[in-house]
Amino acid sequence: MSEKGQIYRISGPVVTAIGIKAAMFDVVRVGNEGLMGEVIELHGDKCVIQVYEETSGIRPGEPVINTGETLSVALGPGLLTQIYDGIQRPLEALEEKMGVFITRGVDADGIVMDQKWEFNPTVKVGDSVKPGTVIGTVQETETIVHKIMVPPKKEGVVKDIKQGEFNVTETVCTLDDGTELQMMQKWPVRTPRPFLQKYAPDTPLITGQRILDFLFPLAKGGTSGIPGPFGSGKTVTQQQLAKWSDAQIVVYIGCGERGNEMTEVLSEFPHLIDPNTEKPLMNRTVMIANTSNMPVAAREASVYTGITIAEYFRDMGYDVALMADSTSRWAEAMREISSRLEEMPGEEGYPAYLSSRLAEFYERAGRVETLSGDDGSVTVIGAVSPPGGDISEPVSQGTLRIVKVFWGLDAGLARQRHFPSINWLNSYSLYPASLDQWYRDNVAQDFPDIRTEISSLLQVESELQEIVQLVGSDALPIDQQLTLEVARMIREYFLQQNAFHDVDTFSALEQQYKMALAILTFQSEAKKAIAAGAALEDVVNVESRTNLMRARFESGYLEKIDGLVDSMKKEINSAVEAEK
Amino acid sequence: MTEKEYRTITDVKGPLVFLNKTEPVSFGEIVSLRLSDGSTKNGQVLDTSDEMVVVQVFEGTAGVDLDTGIRFMGDVFKLPVSKDLVGRILTGAGKPRDGGPDIVAEHNADIIGAAINPYSRRSPEEFIQTGISAIDSCTSLVRGQKLPIFSASGLPHNDIALQIARQAKLKDSDEDFVVVFCAMGITAEEYNFFRYDLERTGALENAVLFVNLADDPAVERLITPRLALTAAEYLAFEHDYHVLVIYTDMTNYCESLRQIGAAREEVPGRRGYPGYMYTDLAMLYERAGIVKGKEGSITQFPILTMPGDDITHPIPDLSGYITEGQIVISRELHQKGIYPPINVLPSLSRLMNAGIGPSKTREDHKSVSDQLYAAYAQGRELRGLVAIVGEDALNERDLQMLKFADLFENKFLRQSKDEDRTIEGTLDLAWELLSSINTKYLVRLDQKWIDKYHPTEKK
Ligand SMILES: Nc1ncnc2c1ncn2[C@@H]1O[C@H](COP(=O)(O)OP(=O)(O)O)[C@@H](O)[C@H]1O
Ligand SMILES: [Mg+2]
Repeated sequence: MSEKGQIYRISGPVVTAIGIKAAMFDVVRVGNEGLMGEVIELHGDKCVIQVYEETSGIRPGEPVINTGETLSVALGPGLLTQIYDGIQRPLEALEEKMGVFITRGVDADGIVMDQKWEFNPTVKVGDSVKPGTVIGTVQETETIVHKIMVPPKKEGVVKDIKQGEFNVTETVCTLDDGTELQMMQKWPVRTPRPFLQKYAPDTPLITGQRILDFLFPLAKGGTSGIPGPFGSGKTVTQQQLAKWSDAQIVVYIGCGERGNEMTEVLSEFPHLIDPNTEKPLMNRTVMIANTSNMPVAAREASVYTGITIAEYFRDMGYDVALMADSTSRWAEAMREISSRLEEMPGEEGYPAYLSSRLAEFYERAGRVETLSGDDGSVTVIGAVSPPGGDISEPVSQGTLRIVKVFWGLDAGLARQRHFPSINWLNSYSLYPASLDQWYRDNVAQDFPDIRTEISSLLQVESELQEIVQLVGSDALPIDQQLTLEVARMIREYFLQQNAFHDVDTFSALEQQYKMALAILTFQSEAKKAIAAGAALEDVVNVESRTNLMRARFESGYLEKIDGLVDSMKKEINSAVEAEK
Repeated sequence: MTEKEYRTITDVKGPLVFLNKTEPVSFGEIVSLRLSDGSTKNGQVLDTSDEMVVVQVFEGTAGVDLDTGIRFMGDVFKLPVSKDLVGRILTGAGKPRDGGPDIVAEHNADIIGAAINPYSRRSPEEFIQTGISAIDSCTSLVRGQKLPIFSASGLPHNDIALQIARQAKLKDSDEDFVVVFCAMGITAEEYNFFRYDLERTGALENAVLFVNLADDPAVERLITPRLALTAAEYLAFEHDYHVLVIYTDMTNYCESLRQIGAAREEVPGRRGYPGYMYTDLAMLYERAGIVKGKEGSITQFPILTMPGDDITHPIPDLSGYITEGQIVISRELHQKGIYPPINVLPSLSRLMNAGIGPSKTREDHKSVSDQLYAAYAQGRELRGLVAIVGEDALNERDLQMLKFADLFENKFLRQSKDEDRTIEGTLDLAWELLSSINTKYLVRLDQKWIDKYHPTEKK
C-alpha cells in the first residue's frame, strides 16, 4: 500500500479505491482530474471516499492520491466578506477560473495568499505565549479587527516579532525554540476548536424582530431551531437575523438551498448599514453557499466549514452568530452518502448517527472563556425543512431535543400573510429566566411582566377563538370582545413585522417595549371607557388608534409614539363624554 | 469510441441491466444495446467497478436477454445543440419527431449541466406581465424565476400554462420568449392540445418541443427534461434568448425516478421515492436564472399534478422547497366555474418583492397585494363560521370581509382565456373591489396610497 492507489468503483458521489494507504477523513485526490474527496470508510484493502465534485466520466483504474491531510479550513485575515462553497473555495475565484458554471478539478485557496495586511504586534520579545495568545492584530475590514492567535499546540517565549505589511504565509513571530508563526493557521473542520470553559448565557442576541426579542428571545451563545414547511419564512427569518442581530460576526451557510437566495444576500448586504456600527453589513459577514444543485458531499461538509470559521472568530473574543439554512439538507446529504455506503438505515432512511451528528453540531455553540481568557460566543440558528411541514420527522425531532429555542413557523399564518409566521402558541424559549435580569437592567424594570401580560392575552384569545368559532364574536360578553380586539392589536400591530419594509424591518428594543405598553394602555383605557358607558364599537374605532398603528411604518416612530398614545387616550375618553 | 461488444449480462431487473467484468467504464457513460432481433436500445452507466457495471436502459428492458450485445460509447450523454433547434419537435431522447433532418451540431453539450456559480448569478427583478390578474397582482413573476404550477388531475393547468406562454411579456415591451416545451408522460391528447395552440398562435416557429408521451419509455423521462434544459441553456446563455421552459408533468418524471430507485433496491425515502429526489429535482429547477455577462434568461414553469390533491405529497413538497414559489390551482374554485381557478392564498412568488414597485410596476403594488391577501383570507375563513352561525352573528367588519371574498373570486380572479390585463388595470380593479370595505379596516394599505388611489377617498 502506498500514498497512491486506484479507483475500483464509482457510484455517484461515492468512490471506492484500492491499493491506497489512508486514514479516516484523509483528503484525497481522485481520478485524472484530481477531484477532491475525503475518506469516510475503510474496508480491508478498500477505502471509501466521498467526492466533493461531480463524478461522471470518471472510470475505474484512474489514480487516487492521498494528501495525508484532513479536511481543513484556512483561517486568517481575508475571511470576511467572502463567499465560499462547502469546502471553502471562494466562489469569486472559481468564477475567475471557470466562468459562470462550476466545472470541476479546479482548486482555489480559502484565503488569498499574496494579499498584504498591516500586522501590528501586541506582544514583545521575551513575552511567553501559549495557544490562543493574541500576538498581533490586523484591521481586516472597516469594522473588524482580526486578532492573530497562537495556534493550538504551540507555545514558548517570543524571540522575534515583526511589524508591518505581510501576507498570511510570511512569518510574523518566532519563538525561542525556532517555531515560526504566520497569520494563517489551518484547522480540521470536524474537530471543535478548544476553549477554557463554557459559561451560561446571560445576554440576549438582540434581533430587532419583535416576536423574537420580546416573546421568544435567544441568548448569545444559545441555540435555536426554525422548522417550517416551504414558504413559511425560514429563509427570511434567517436573513433578518443575519442583517439586524447585534452579533459582531455573522456566518451564513446556505446549505442545499436556492442559488438566487445567496445572490440576494450578496447583492443586498454591501448596501445595508449595520445599525450597531453604521457601516455596511458585509464587513462582518462570511458566507458559505453550497446550493441544492452543487455536489452533496460538499454540502455535508459545508456546516462544518461554517462552524469552524465561527469558532475561530469566537476565539478572538467576538460574539458570532451562525445561520444554517437548511440543516435538513445537510441531514439529507448524510442520508444520501450513508445509503451509497449501504449502511443500515435508521428512521426514514437517515443513518442511525443522525441525532448524534446534530447534537455534536449544536454543541459547538456556546459562550466560552477563550484560551486567551476572553469572552466569546457562537450562537447557532438552524432552519429545519420537515417534509410536508410535519415536525414528527427525525431531523426536526433530533433538533428539538437539543436546541433551547423553538421558533415554530406556521403555514396557516403564512397563508394569511401574517409575517413572521411564527406560531406564538407553540413556540418557546428556555432562556427568559437567565435573560430577564438583562432586560430589567437594560430596557425596563417591568419588561418581564409586560411580556407575561402580552403572552397571556394571546393565550386567552386562543381560548376565546374556540368559542367564537361556534357562536360568533357578537355573542361574547363585552369585556371578552374587548380582549379579542386587544389581541388582534397585538397580532397586527406588534407581532406582524414586514421584513421588506424599510422602516418596519428593524425595531429597536426600546420601541418594542413602548409598542407593547401602548397596547396595554389601549386595553386599560378602553376598559375604563366601557365601564363608564362608552360603546365598544366607538372605543375600538377611534381614529387615533389607527394612526398609532399605521405610524409604525414611518421613520422616527420611537419619538412619536408617546404623543400618539396620548391622543389615543384623549380620543377614547371623549368617546365617554359623547355617550353622556 | 470503444467498438468492442460485450455479451456479459448476468442479470436484468426492471429497467436495469447488470453485467460482468468489462474494461474500465466511466460513470455516466452512454451505452448501446443490440438485441437479438437486431434492434437497439440506449442506456447509461449508474454504477461501475472492476467487477460489475449497472446500466439503466432508457427504452425499458423488454426483449433484452443474456445474449444482448453491449457497447460502451466512451462518453456521457450529450445533446447536439444549434440554433436550428428552434422550430423543431424532438422525441424524449432528442431525436427528430417531426420528420425533419437530424440536428447539425454547433457543438455537443453535456446534458447533466454544471451548477451555476451562485456568485455569478444576477438577481432576477424584471417583472413579467402575464395578463392574468391573480398572478400579476399576488404572485408576480420575474424573468429568470422558476415558478411551478401545482395542479391536480382534471384541472385547467394546461390552459393556464398556455395563456401565460401566449401573453407573457416584459412590461411595456413586446419582446417574445422562446418556448422550450418538455412533455413527460402526458397523453397524446394533452400533447396535441399544446401543439395546436402553439401552432395556432404562430409560437411553434419560436419553440423547441421535446416530447415523451404516456406510451413512450418511462425511463426516457429521466433524460427528457435534461435535454430541454440543455437546449434552453444553449439558447439563453450562448445566443441571448429569453427562454420560457414549460415542463409537464413533473409527477411522471418523479414516478420514473422512483421506478429506478426500486429496481436498484435503494432504501426508499417518503412514500417510496428515493432519498435523493430533492437533489435530483434541484438539478433541474436550479437551471433557471440570469447570470453575469449574459443577456439571455431561463424562466421555468414546471407543471405538476398533486396526487390526491395533496400539497404535502413528496412531489409538490420537494418542488416547493426548491422553486421560487408556486401557483396553486384549486379544485374548489374550478368547481365554482371560475377560470383561472388560482387559489392565491397558498400561492407565492418569492421573487415578487424584487420585481414590483415604483418604476417596475406601480408604487402601491406591494401594499395592494398584501391587502388583497389579508382581506380574502379573512373572508374565506368567515365562510366557515357563517355556515354555522349565519351572517347575523357577524359584525360590520366581518360582513364586509365576507362580501369581499365573493367579489374577489368573481370579479378579480375570473377572466377569460384570452383576456390580457395590464398590471395597471389589475391594480385599479383591486382598488375598486377593496373600496367595498371601510378604509379603517384596510390596515395593510399605506395612508399615502389611499390618498392617491382609493376610488372614493383619494385626495
Ligand atoms: N418577515 C416577513 N415579512 C414579509 N414577508 C415575509 C416574511 N417572512 C416571509 N415572508 C414571505 O414569505 C415568503 C417565503 O419566505 P421564506 O423565508 O423564503 O420561506 P422558507 O424559507 O420557509 O421556504 C417570502 O418570499 C416572503 O414573501
Ligand atoms: Mg428557505
